[in-house]
Parts: sequence; C-alpha cells; structure tokens
Amino acid sequence: MIDTINTVARKIPTWLVYLLYVLPIPYFFYSAQTGGMGVEPINALEREMGQITLQLIIIGLAITPLRKYLGLNLLKFRRAIGVLAFSYVVVHLGIWVLLDMNLRWGQMWADIWKRPYITIGMVAFLMMIPLAITSNNLSVRKLGGATWRKLHKLMYLIAPLGAVHFIMVQKVWEVEPMLYLVVILALLATRYKPSRKTAGARAGG
Amino acid sequence: MANRWNNTFTRADITPEPLWLNRRAVLAGMAGAGALGGAVAAQEALVPNTWEEITTYNNFYEFGTGKTDPSDNAGDMVTDPWEITIDGLVDNPGTFALSDLIADMTMEERLYRFRCVEAWSMVIPWNGFELADLLEKAGVQSGATHVAFETAVLPDVMPGVRRNVIDFPYVEGLRLDEAMHPLTIMATGIYDRPLANQSGAPIRLVVPWKYGFKSIKSIVRITLTDEQPATTWNKISDREYGFYSNVNPEVDHPRWSQASERMIGGGLFSSRQDTLMFNGYPEVASLYDGMDLTTNY
Repeated sequence: MIDTINTVARKIPTWLVYLLYVLPIPYFFYSAQTGGMGVEPINALEREMGQITLQLIIIGLAITPLRKYLGLNLLKFRRAIGVLAFSYVVVHLGIWVLLDMNLRWGQMWADIWKRPYITIGMVAFLMMIPLAITSNNLSVRKLGGATWRKLHKLMYLIAPLGAVHFIMVQKVWEVEPMLYLVVILALLATRYKPSRKTAGARAGG
Repeated sequence: MANRWNNTFTRADITPEPLWLNRRAVLAGMAGAGALGGAVAAQEALVPNTWEEITTYNNFYEFGTGKTDPSDNAGDMVTDPWEITIDGLVDNPGTFALSDLIADMTMEERLYRFRCVEAWSMVIPWNGFELADLLEKAGVQSGATHVAFETAVLPDVMPGVRRNVIDFPYVEGLRLDEAMHPLTIMATGIYDRPLANQSGAPIRLVVPWKYGFKSIKSIVRITLTDEQPATTWNKISDREYGFYSNVNPEVDHPRWSQASERMIGGGLFSSRQDTLMFNGYPEVASLYDGMDLTTNY
C-alpha cells in the first residue's frame, strides 16, 4: 500500500501541487464577492486564507514523520508546500492590509505593537520571509546543506506561533484552533531526540 | 412616554419598500435618484441593511459561536406563546404572557446603528417600544437602581447551551437611567416583520449606543434591583468587557482597536469607517457626566 502511494507520488509532478493550491485563490475571491462566503466576506476570506496557511504548514511538518514512521515518501513536494504556505500567508496579510484595514497605517501599526495576536502573527510572518527567499536550489548550495537545514528549522517556531495567533483571535476558547495547535505540537514532538547523554544512559541501562 | 425620539428620516424616506430585501438594488437606486440626491446623500450612513444581512450574521451563542450558527440552528425555538417574568423592586411583579404585556405599548419604528464589539456594524429598522413604558407599567420602586435581563435557556433547541460554550443563562443589565432613556427600546420586529429567532425573537433589548452584546435577546426575565447586576461577557473577561460597554472609539478592546468599524453589506471592497462616540448618539453623553469612561468601559 505504502509502496503504491510512493510509486504514484513519484509520478505526480510538483507543478500539479502548485496548481491545486493556486487555482482556488481567485475562486475564493470570486466566491467572497458574489455572496458565497456570507454577508461579511472580508473577514471570512481573511480567515480562510489564514487557515489554509496553517494547514499547509501542518502538511509540511508531517512529511518527515510520515517518511520516518510510515515509509511514505512525499519529500519532493515539501518545497512546493512551503512556498504555497508562504503564498497563502501573503494573501492573508494582503487582505488584512488592503481589504480589512483599508491601508489605515496608523491603526495597523498600533495593532502590531499593542495586540498580542497581531504581534505574534506578524512575527511568524517575518520569520517565514527568509525561508521563502531560500526555497531554491541555489540557496541550498550557497548556504550549505547544514546551514540551510538549520535556518529552515525556524518552522518549528513559526508553526506553533501561527496556531496561537489563530487561537487568540477567537472571543472564547474554540475547539478548532486548539486542534491545530495540538496537531502541530504532536508533529514537533516526533522530532524530539533524547540528548546523547540520556540515550547513552538508556543504552547502558 | 413613547415617541420621545424620532429618526430624522424614516426608512420610507430613504428606501423604497420593495427594495429593502436587496441592498445592491437599493444602492443602485440611490445612484440613479438624482432628484433625491441631497436628502439621500445626507442619510447615506443610515441605509438599513437587508433582511438577509441582518439575519445571517449574528452572535447568539445559545445557538453556536459561528456567525451563521444562529440562522442555521435557531429555527426550532418556539416563541409563541412566550412568558416574561418581571420581578424584584416593582409594584406589579409576576409572570406575564408576552402578548398581554405588550398589548398597550406604543409600537414605533427606530432606525438605529448597531455596533458590535467585534468592530462591525449594521443599520437596523427595529420595531418596538420604549423600555421606559414597560418599566412604568411594572411600577419601579424607589430603591431600584438597575435593571437585570435574562435570556431563555432551552437546551432542547439550543445546541450552544447543550455544549456549554459559555455560562448560561445569558444575562445583561443597565443602570436605571440608561434603561429609562428614550433611545432604549424593547424590539419585537425588524422591517415590520416579527423578529427572526436568530435576531432574538420574540422580544429583545436594543441599546444603540452600547456594543451589541448589551442588547440581550429572547428575554424571559426582567428584574429591578438595587445593585449592579452581573453581565455575561463581563463574567467571561472583565478586562475586555465592562458593565457599561458604551461604544467608544477612544477605548480599545485589549485585543483589538475600536477606532473604526466595517459596515456589513459592502462586499469585498466595503470600506472601514470611523467609529463614533456613543455610536453616534451624543444625546446620551449626559448620563455619564463626571465619569471616567476609560475606567468605566
């Protein structure tokens, strides 16, 4: 079963993944403007884009454990997933700046500093920029594999911050955003390696 | 005491009745109404939202926390017959059939701005009567200083109540002078139709200068007291939601700014507008003379 999926996955070109996620964006805007997202489409669209960003981040974080524990190899799609996550967060932020806040820079600037959920979201966004810029083979070569991997571990911070941002924007404790955080923390936990000392002690015992 | 406040324009002045179901048609009509141009432009901010907008974007946690949960889930609530208990410091306490209670009230249309604490707003053509008239009928005793309100708790038809999303019953309150103010009404309809269940049928409070959550829905109890009553959102987070909760662009919600708001109904490109002090009802300012509205938020 896993082998079959791996064989199929090898045949799927990555551009198809890009297409699968890029095409819905204009559709979401069309739907929002034509009433498909309710009578307050700006907020609905903004949240939808944010949520898909988090989903893509989760998919990206799942790729390594899927390979490690299930032998499922989706590594070739990871860059596409990461670049798409960044694209969605840019759209999310763009909706906030243009449609939601109408370029009220004073209010936005104050919000970034004063509102913890916006501060957190903005920090997470800023941390994604270097990752997006270095999502190409040239950058991997220039930085060297080890440094590049180290840099991209920023995702381990970005992902939970994104989920916390989602939780904090709610008026009461909602289940759905909590689930995002739980899944992210679980995926991060799969990467936990006991320190060498502990591992050695265990082996010795 | 009815008719103590009047709209400068009524809905009939600004919205041809067949058009109020469709806001786009209203806006298109306005653009074409050259002769009416001046009057229409002056009242542009008070074009009422459509019935659809008013009834599909609601906060009514008894039916769920999502904006469309109330319209999706409130249909099974039976609002006729309906009883209201009036108790506490009144001369005529008791439990009354709603129809008897409001039979002699003077119904009026009030076209009010409605500003949610979440920084969105609507304009709603309410039908209702002044709360002052009801309180007068109940006979408010001299010791009373506040009015407490309570929403129905009907777990059988309220999924949010079954899931206990917040502490129910939903409770709200006003100072007696706020309750007696001519702007404060008990609404039973919108657009001359009975309230939709998700709008708080069969009867709700409307206090247009306060954030929407103060305007408690589907009321089953009104109690006159001599102390400030507990209020639901204040109990959830007193740092974020004060007892007064007057619309105030200068005092932000700790998690978001209250300086501006978005009017529902403009689609994807609707623009944000500045929020007005007391939601544009400066006549209530004297109720708060000498009070620091930053601490009494």
